[in-house]
Amino acid sequence: MAVDQAVLQRRNRRVGMTMAGVVLAMLGLGYASVPLYRMFCQVTGFGGTTMRVSEAQAATVVSTNKDIRIRFDANVERGMPWQFKPVQAVDTVAVGVRDMAIYTAKNTSNHTITGTASFNVEPEQAGRYFSKIQCFCFTEQTLKPGEEVRMPVIYYVDPKILDDPDNKDVDEITLSYTFHVTAEEKATDAGAKALDRAGTGG
Amino acid sequence: MATTAPEAFQAHGDHHDHDHAHDHPGFFARWFMSTNHKDIGTMYLIFAIVAGIIGGAISGMMRIELAEPGIQYLGTFASMLGEKNPSFDQSLHLWNVLITAHGLIMVFFMVMPAMIGGFGNWFVPLMIGAPDMAFPRMNNISFWLTVAGFISLMISPFVPGGTGNGAGTGWTVYAPLSTSGSAGPAVDFAIFSLHLSGAGSILGATNFITTIFNMRAPGMTLHKMPLFVWSVLVTAFLLLLALPVLAAAITMLITDRNFGTTFFDPSGGGDPVLYQHLFWFFGHPEVYIMILPGFGIISQIVSTFSKKPVFGYLGMAYAMVAIGVVGFIVWAHHMYTTGMSVNTKMYFTAATMVIAVPTGIKIFSWIATMWGGSLSFKSPMVWSIGQIFLFTVGGVTGVVLANGGVDDVLHDTYYVVAHFHYVLSMGAVFALFAGFYYWFPKMSGRMHSEFLAHLHFWVFFAGVNVLFFPMHFLGLQGMPRRYPDYAEAYAHWNHVASAWGYSIMAAGMLIFFVNIIYSLLAGKKAADNYWGEGATTLEWTLSSPPPFHQFETLPVIDDKAHH
Ligand code: HEM
Ligand SMILES: [Cu+2]
Repeated sequence: MAVDQAVLQRRNRRVGMTMAGVVLAMLGLGYASVPLYRMFCQVTGFGGTTMRVSEAQAATVVSTNKDIRIRFDANVERGMPWQFKPVQAVDTVAVGVRDMAIYTAKNTSNHTITGTASFNVEPEQAGRYFSKIQCFCFTEQTLKPGEEVRMPVIYYVDPKILDDPDNKDVDEITLSYTFHVTAEEKATDAGAKALDRAGTGG
Repeated sequence: MATTAPEAFQAHGDHHDHDHAHDHPGFFARWFMSTNHKDIGTMYLIFAIVAGIIGGAISGMMRIELAEPGIQYLGTFASMLGEKNPSFDQSLHLWNVLITAHGLIMVFFMVMPAMIGGFGNWFVPLMIGAPDMAFPRMNNISFWLTVAGFISLMISPFVPGGTGNGAGTGWTVYAPLSTSGSAGPAVDFAIFSLHLSGAGSILGATNFITTIFNMRAPGMTLHKMPLFVWSVLVTAFLLLLALPVLAAAITMLITDRNFGTTFFDPSGGGDPVLYQHLFWFFGHPEVYIMILPGFGIISQIVSTFSKKPVFGYLGMAYAMVAIGVVGFIVWAHHMYTTGMSVNTKMYFTAATMVIAVPTGIKIFSWIATMWGGSLSFKSPMVWSIGQIFLFTVGGVTGVVLANGGVDDVLHDTYYVVAHFHYVLSMGAVFALFAGFYYWFPKMSGRMHSEFLAHLHFWVFFAGVNVLFFPMHFLGLQGMPRRYPDYAEAYAHWNHVASAWGYSIMAAGMLIFFVNIIYSLLAGKKAADNYWGEGATTLEWTLSSPPPFHQFETLPVIDDKAHH
């Protein structure tokens, strides 16, 4: 009547192993959420993530004559010795029309610094329509002591924004950048931060 | 406990056993290398009580500081804890350390070990007619991992954590406060404590699932299992699915802190909000992990003292399954203010409210069980009715908070603190006391004093309500949580909560300890089934305390047996 001990042990081991498999799968899912979350943001514009588009995609966009105001915002990480600002603080462009904004960055320290910019737009629901064709934030920027560069962003606002009820009352979008130190010549920081911008929106 | 452990707590040797040699292991072997589910359950319960005393003492430090506006005691506490001439900032940091320690201790080292490790270990094998857990040695490892986790947490207040000693991150350990915001090893110790106790819980959950699936006595089908066993089964699955995600998230915190990764650091392409998603994907199921076994306990007790089977048994079992499943898709109701679109908020509001449906099924089924039952108001029943009432109050404020728009106002106010103390300090803790008085004589062989148990109930009931109900008012008036100081306008209700509420509650706890000591020293011997007719589950067929090894011949459950 009672189950044979050896049989029971075998069954126990099988259930135990299955559960261990479940645990490993969930652990994997926890880590997989990092790229999944990034993809999710890129696809949906979640949290004001902007879109990265190719020249070919951009060429298909039909421009409109509805104007929208774009504000440009520039920040540096606390303590980063760069001067970073937009040449023009506000611009008005027609939705669907391609525009170029210029930012300038100057290294005010006496050593070479490499930085990367993180970015998003406000209001967040406009992120999925803010399309960048070219951006200095796609790559790292290295500035020698005292060096100053002009950095372009080429973008347009996707006309689909005009049909989105969530963006009905949006007549101004703020594009914001924050520069972070990626690598510094003198070893003040705890070391270079790993950089993983691959494929991020732009 | 020294070698003179109260004789009452030592299970009888099993006289039907053929191999007497291993029945009487020495003190060290019995308690440190134990593989006996009842001994391990006892150790979990004692551990939870010790952790609860520490966690409760910390809340006393918090309440005395909150008794009046301004900072009065934090500096003194900081120097008592070894910070020489603490600066004002260091004193304030101690506040963050206290709320962090209180939350982590109560969640991971009091409620969980008591519910799952304590009552789960003791009664799941007994109720399904199994001789022990499926993996007895792993059971031992689970317990000692939990203890190790607690030790790691207890080290953290004494090592640097940034502004001052200790981890001041809140129990949610949000980045970037927990990464770039807290230098020093204190936060690493706190996080490591979660790794250890989490590993213990995962092993424990595997053990319960295997035990319940494979070791039921003949005739004990899944649909005949007592609801407490169902509740532990669902809880074990929640643990198994939720804890690894927490483990991943806090491991990322550790590597962000120490090894230069940037999972939650925007400068490297990470996002601190991702941490919140991961944490709450674990965190919401976690709150049900803390209450579901309590639901199971309440079901057993209400049925016992109504002398009738639980109303809607299958509905009750599957309501817990439903709560468990839906619990995984509502996490962002903790994140309404992180900048979500209206549509996202709408989804999470609706999904969260859906949980109120199976929860309501449970509440109404308990009431329906009592309806027309032959009620006897023994202490476990009184605690259970108190639990049902107070848990419902917490559920109602939960539904209020579930509204994304309302929560924009109430998030991070004392209203939230009131909500989760009603469901936890009352919902979960009342269930624990109900279970304690229900089963203590079964575990120890000694009857407690029913008079003291009732007195404990009434004093504690008054205390926690005076302590936590005013927090609804404070929250609605806008008092933010997690600060040691507040505007004059909030002084009245804070004074009530500290001076009256906390003291009455603490007096209630004193009665509890007196009752334990009384029963161990002078309690009457407990009969096998001291609750009589209504108590029908298998543990009541055994002696009190049960033999060291039970069910060497498996009991057979016939078709008529009810839950
Ligand atoms: C009807 C069921 C419930 C609903 C609708 C609900 C809803 C909510 C919501 C919306 C919040 C977030 C409030 C905020 O931070 O602004 C919250 C917080 C919380 N709830 Fe519930 N809840 C329910 C049941 C429970 C139960 C059963 C427990 C535990 C046993 C629980 C424990 C907590 C805790 C601990 C928090 C605060 C977490 C923190 O921020 O530290 N809730 N609840
Ligand atoms: Cu929740």
